[in-house]
Amino acid sequence: MAKHETPLLDQLESGPWPSFVSDLKQEAESRAKNEKNMEYQIPVDAVDDLLGVLELSYKHGRTHWKHGGIVGVFGYGGGVIGRYCDQPEMFPGVAHFHTMRVNQPAGKFYTTEYLNNLCDLWEFRGSGITNMHGSTGDIILIGTETRQLEEVFYELTHTYNQDLGGSGSNLRTPADCIGQARCEYACYDTQAICHELTQEYQDELHRPAFPYKFKFKFDGCPNCCVASIARSDMSYIGTWRDEIRIDAEAVKGYVGGEIPSNAGAHSGRDWGPFDIQKEVIDLCPTGCMIYENDELKINNKECTRCMHCINVMPRALRIGNDRGCSILVGAKAPILDGAQMGSLLVPFIKVEEPYDEIKEVIENVWDWWMEEGKNRERLGELIKRQGFQKLLEMTNIKAVPQHVQEPRSNPYIFWREDEVEGGWERDVVEYRKHHQR
Amino acid sequence: MAFVSSGYNPDKPMENRITDIGPRKYDEFYPEVIAKNKGKWLYHEILDPGVLVHVSETGDEVYTVRVGGARLMSVTHIREICEIADKHCGGHVRFTTRNNIEFMVDNKEKLEPLKNDLKNRKFNGGSLKFPIGGTGAGITNIIHTQGWIHCHTPATDASGTVKAAMDVLYDDFTSMRLPAHLRVSMACCLNMCGAVHCSDIAILGYHRKPPMLDHEYLDKMCEIPLAVSACPTAAIKPAKVKLANGKEVKSVVIKNERCMFCGNCYTMCPSMPLADDVGDGIVLMAGGKVSNRISAPKFSKVVVAFIPNEMPRWPTMTDTIKRMVDVYAKGANKYERFGEWAERIGWERFFDICELDFTHHLIDDFRDPAYYTWRQTSQFKF
Repeated sequence: MAKHETPLLDQLESGPWPSFVSDLKQEAESRAKNEKNMEYQIPVDAVDDLLGVLELSYKHGRTHWKHGGIVGVFGYGGGVIGRYCDQPEMFPGVAHFHTMRVNQPAGKFYTTEYLNNLCDLWEFRGSGITNMHGSTGDIILIGTETRQLEEVFYELTHTYNQDLGGSGSNLRTPADCIGQARCEYACYDTQAICHELTQEYQDELHRPAFPYKFKFKFDGCPNCCVASIARSDMSYIGTWRDEIRIDAEAVKGYVGGEIPSNAGAHSGRDWGPFDIQKEVIDLCPTGCMIYENDELKINNKECTRCMHCINVMPRALRIGNDRGCSILVGAKAPILDGAQMGSLLVPFIKVEEPYDEIKEVIENVWDWWMEEGKNRERLGELIKRQGFQKLLEMTNIKAVPQHVQEPRSNPYIFWREDEVEGGWERDVVEYRKHHQR
Repeated sequence: MAFVSSGYNPDKPMENRITDIGPRKYDEFYPEVIAKNKGKWLYHEILDPGVLVHVSETGDEVYTVRVGGARLMSVTHIREICEIADKHCGGHVRFTTRNNIEFMVDNKEKLEPLKNDLKNRKFNGGSLKFPIGGTGAGITNIIHTQGWIHCHTPATDASGTVKAAMDVLYDDFTSMRLPAHLRVSMACCLNMCGAVHCSDIAILGYHRKPPMLDHEYLDKMCEIPLAVSACPTAAIKPAKVKLANGKEVKSVVIKNERCMFCGNCYTMCPSMPLADDVGDGIVLMAGGKVSNRISAPKFSKVVVAFIPNEMPRWPTMTDTIKRMVDVYAKGANKYERFGEWAERIGWERFFDICELDFTHHLIDDFRDPAYYTWRQTSQFKF
């Protein structure tokens, strides 16, 4: 028997898509039954009360969670989000209901042993409710009491060799795409660098020392499956600078219809037979490809590596061999000064252990942002405020045309004195000898 | 319930303390076929919606079955995922960036038993536990934020709007009939902890009433200068306010007409709540993308300024989304993303054929970038 009536939420149990309401109900029931005879460390009816408070929000059209609350684990300034219910008498099971962020493994592969252990821990010391995963990438454990925070952290670190992720004005938990683990498009090992930089910058991740949040995301290729270009202060997008590898026989296979185009991605509709001219050559944004006499030719010098032709014919065309990544900086969601896309800072850099060159770029950027950034100013906003030229100066990177979509259309150049022959000090008396007042 | 210690000693927090160890190393968790073929993959193919094969230069193959998941997940559900992974996948499983679950097997023979097992599992309420799909030119899972389940600033619920939307879009999760893939994302307030601003279709929670001021508590709860400086439009200034009991307190006043309802002040000051049952609701945005394929990444544009919160299934919102998807599916060229299609036909035509009202709210008036969105040509369509 459910503790609270939930007539509005009940309507979200029907329909084909997995119902979070049904899932919450099964967890509430499992806790009530307690077949394993567990000594639950937070109220047994926490999930019942979670359903209750959510139903109340559906009735009121407003959240019933209070603002913030400074809780955490000793020595860390992130990884725990304090949360209190604003109707604790009605819903005592969720009166104190803090979130813990657990740093996910790069690539989000798991063994069932690991996940089952985490489930056992969270059922025992928390609500048993999670997000798999949060937007930034962490495993999110939703709902436990203050006293359990240190206990969960102790067990995570001592028993499971597992640390918390980032929150607040920290380096946020870095995240990556599946990369070379199972993708032929990946131009570098996203998991390796994601893990290495997460380990290298543990201090920045756990102890807030930045003006605001800072995110790294690693996309193995320009398809950008983790959306790094839109949502990370520093976005690493795999690319190459030599030639797309062509398998001429496979090209013929596509043209002849023996190999399904787009790896089958468009098979839900009859689009007619594959037409290489219309679907590949004519859609190439730079017009750098031709198909004549049954042969595909690419003028690689003009290619901008948009991935379209490779996506359409993955068995015929493959990424080049001289691979690395482009680094773009400053992306963010609209709060406060409007959304920003990442801007290209490093057109090409090799991605090889121990990543010293990449770390140099990172640390130069951080030094500047920590010195000049205002409270709660994202890197992208600082770049806008002080200018892209300043960013180049602070990172010792030479300006190249690749940095811009187009050159400026106003001539209001802030020349520096040392750039102008003779400097700015002049003698007005001397000037007046030749020019009357 | 009796307290059970983990071994942590609150009197000596530094005793045996372990910190800064980071996440577990990724390769501990690779299935054997992944560990063996990493970096050696030659190509892939989507065999059916939600079913992929990747082929390695070693000749090995890995078959993946992708299933949708509500990202809000109980340990009971995760254990069921583990049970399936133990039974079919040698104890390995993976999650995607968009909250899908991937079950991988190293042999085609193992595929059908896995798929059948997944298909037959349903929640008590009747919904599927593991719908197979989310690949290719279709709609994959909606990434989303917390909403009313656990956040203090939302203007709508996240899990509920997503469940309602995915029920309506379900056929496009399990098929690949669209001109290109279509990414739907949901953020329950402007903070966008799920960055939705570059999605083909974005569902965004939005407030429309300026904050209420809890004068009696404001100075006790908040740093007034932080609240003042948090406002991007300088609408907040410090003030002395007389309470009903005659007592004068330090607080703030708000120039309401300057408020853009971002809630940044509330983030800094809990005595300035914005939430309101009538004021809050949904903004729909469309036409964004993050991929660099063919055209550059784009921001989503606001196409519907406001839809009221209609619990529990948000029918106006889901109808509008469904209509946009269907018009796009019919009108766009093969490979054209939603935003590329809208730009080709022109936004004036987009509003026309999607039967969406264009109102003054949709003309940008926020700072410099606004100018670049007005029409500076005599070319337009009637």
